Amino acid sequence: MRRYVLALAAPLLALVFSVLVTSVILVLSGHPPMQVYKDMWDYGTQPDSLVLTLNLSTTYYIAAVAVAIGFKMNLFNIGVDGQYRLAALFAAFVGGKIALPPVLHVTVILVVAVVVGAMWAGVAAVLKNRRGVSEVISTIMLNYVATGIIAYLLAPDRFAELVAGSNNIGTHPIPPSGQVPGFDVVPGASAPLYGLILLAAAVGIGFWFLLGRTRFGFDLRASGMSSTAAVASGVNPKRMVLYVMLLSGGVAGLIGMPQLVGASYTYNLDFPAGLGFTGIAIALLGRNSPIGIVFGALLWAFLDVSRQILDLEGVSKEIVTIMQGVAVLSVVIAYEVVRRASIRAQQREVGRQLADADALAGATA
Amino acid sequence: MRANYDIDIAVRRGTVHAIVGENGAGKSTLMKTLYGMHRPDSGTITIDGEDVTLRSPSDAIARGVGMVHQHFQLADNFTVLENVILGDEPTSGGVIRMGDARAKIEQIGHDYRLTVDPDALVEDIGVGDRQRVEIIKVLYRGCRTLILDEPTAVLVPQEVEQLFGALAELKGQGLTVIFISHKLDEVLSVADEITVIRGGTTVTTVLPSEVTARELAELMVGSELPSPETRESTVTDRVVLDVNDVTLASSGGRLLLDGIDLTIHAGEVVGIAGVEGNGQAELVETVMGMHSPLRGRVVLGDEDITAWSTRRRREAGIGYIPEDRSRHGLLLEASLWENRMLGHQTQAPNAKGQLLDRKGARADTERIVAEYDVRTPSIDVVASALSGGNQQKLIVGREMSNDPRLLIAAHPTRGVDVGAQAAIWDEIRKARAAGLGVLLISADLDELIGLSDTIKVLLRGRLVADADPRTVTPEQLGSAMTGAGGAA
Repeated sequence: MRRYVLALAAPLLALVFSVLVTSVILVLSGHPPMQVYKDMWDYGTQPDSLVLTLNLSTTYYIAAVAVAIGFKMNLFNIGVDGQYRLAALFAAFVGGKIALPPVLHVTVILVVAVVVGAMWAGVAAVLKNRRGVSEVISTIMLNYVATGIIAYLLAPDRFAELVAGSNNIGTHPIPPSGQVPGFDVVPGASAPLYGLILLAAAVGIGFWFLLGRTRFGFDLRASGMSSTAAVASGVNPKRMVLYVMLLSGGVAGLIGMPQLVGASYTYNLDFPAGLGFTGIAIALLGRNSPIGIVFGALLWAFLDVSRQILDLEGVSKEIVTIMQGVAVLSVVIAYEVVRRASIRAQQREVGRQLADADALAGATA
Repeated sequence: MRANYDIDIAVRRGTVHAIVGENGAGKSTLMKTLYGMHRPDSGTITIDGEDVTLRSPSDAIARGVGMVHQHFQLADNFTVLENVILGDEPTSGGVIRMGDARAKIEQIGHDYRLTVDPDALVEDIGVGDRQRVEIIKVLYRGCRTLILDEPTAVLVPQEVEQLFGALAELKGQGLTVIFISHKLDEVLSVADEITVIRGGTTVTTVLPSEVTARELAELMVGSELPSPETRESTVTDRVVLDVNDVTLASSGGRLLLDGIDLTIHAGEVVGIAGVEGNGQAELVETVMGMHSPLRGRVVLGDEDITAWSTRRRREAGIGYIPEDRSRHGLLLEASLWENRMLGHQTQAPNAKGQLLDRKGARADTERIVAEYDVRTPSIDVVASALSGGNQQKLIVGREMSNDPRLLIAAHPTRGVDVGAQAAIWDEIRKARAAGLGVLLISADLDELIGLSDTIKVLLRGRLVADADPRTVTPEQLGSAMTGAGGAA
């Protein structure tokens, strides 16, 4: 019981703290905090905003899980960003080129995305295993390489064509057989929920199952908790780095998919970028837990959507960026404090019970 | 928990005072108290007739008490000079006065005959030199009382000689040395007085001229200790492990193991005696598949396992009690039942196919906790909440539970109390009678002699001598371990 209280205490404390910091800044900049929050809430709870929030958090969730898979074994895949963009480009290109029956068409698009994402992440794994290159460095640099490759490929006569009636260029639109219809579940909203919200749920359940229920997940967590003990227990560290990197990259490949097959149907210059870095922040916020990340993604998306009203109210919307940043920082700190407190509490409990047992043994002896 | 109680020690100035005791007797706790790393719940510490309260190591240093740790605390990429002044740099206007520091270090080197090249990088110098740097560090800070924690554990015999020469020099100049060890021969040769600690308290203080190593050992372990006595041999002629010409090199090309030949039969305990750092850890980790040897073969039963992974070896029935339980034996932040799976996560009762069997693992953890008397309120607490002895019992229980063919036990009873020690010995003997082969590494020579059917002495990566545990004494073994003489 106390465990759950402790588990909830950290994020709540962190949230309260970040709201406090934000309020102070709002007051200092001459805005009444309560009014600002109320505006954000009113705007964020409108039907269109809710759909936007849920769609955005679908994407954020997959991004954060991709990052969390690596984080769980202290493998820092900072390259999720490049992996998903490259994956989305190839998936969009292939999806626009082929004609297949509906379900198969979508499947092929998703498989291409997973494979491209995994391969791109695999480069970092090979560099680490063969050459000892830190994955932090290599994945960051691979992000830039990916940007370069995309700029090269996303050109007329290569992967792209001019979009009629604009300066934009993008891949050939995916035909209806490769599109996933959305859900019209929010009354009064003009856009549907991404159909691939179900894919995000499946990714989360799969992540949870993998971590807690499979041998591979145990090896992964053991490697994260103590690499030396993991090796002594029979984990092959290089193979683990390769598998986890491929898995993380594969999931990263899915990040752009809800948008691609659910809304834009093409990879063009407007395709969202930077989701990989948002994923890092949300993975930290959700403590790499499949459930924690759900809340992290929803919160982050809600703030991203509801902040749009601030400009109209004359408040700089970067205030929300501050709130998000403080939330991540304070969650990291709060969890560390709670973790230490919890270990100390357990040690005390063990000590007390043993003392009681000894006293009992002494009394009966 | 009381790690120390009723400790009573008086150390005279200008002497070498040895403190001896078994692993886990409370020597380190005592030294940490003297060095201000713990504060005592009761009692007083008096230095030069003055009661003192030591709140931190810097308090202790200010009172002239310095400590040389067993595991060196040096920055490898700094020079000797930089290491010595680190944290106590002589500065003027924010600039380090390197010349002054150098002069002072050379003065110390001259006064106490402790010479080390001040400009050498620490990563380039040997273990003996590193230890001298640690001692110079303490003297540099003006300490008049030095605490040396197991200083000889990492040294080869010639270096031990040099160290003892330096200690004599320090003593001659009126400094006081507190020398912690469990190596009785060394203690008898270097100390002016010896205090024995057992079970967290002082047993007695004796003069080296009044005791033999044997008597000292008895004082250390106490008479009630169930000595791991010789008994009927259960050795069969079925070979469990055959290590053939195994040679292992460090990344720098130095030979860590050199042509090791070793055979363990079913029902046999083969003990490896050796001063720490002579290749025991490397031998164990090579048999476990954590290092690949330069040449040689490792054969388990009738299968050549030289190229097998650690996991495959474990699945083939090798149990492993690692030397460093917090680094290699446990996930400190995971629950006990998850630790039950560690190393056996592919085997029943912990796994079914690719999936974990959480129920099975939990049930079996309950069994281990009961059978091995692991003191814990539940199997859901994290491993770091348990005391070292209880952690060790959990590990031993775990490694014995999958019916191993071969058990590799590195210091299996390190840090556990006397009762648990006897229980662990019993388990090992029972399994041995049922045909288990055991490779035993231990710094506790009585344990080694008492449990082993065969003893081999490991020195600088080579098996240099055999000993018969029925006739050999700890003294003979001790001198063989340092290369001073052959064992029986």
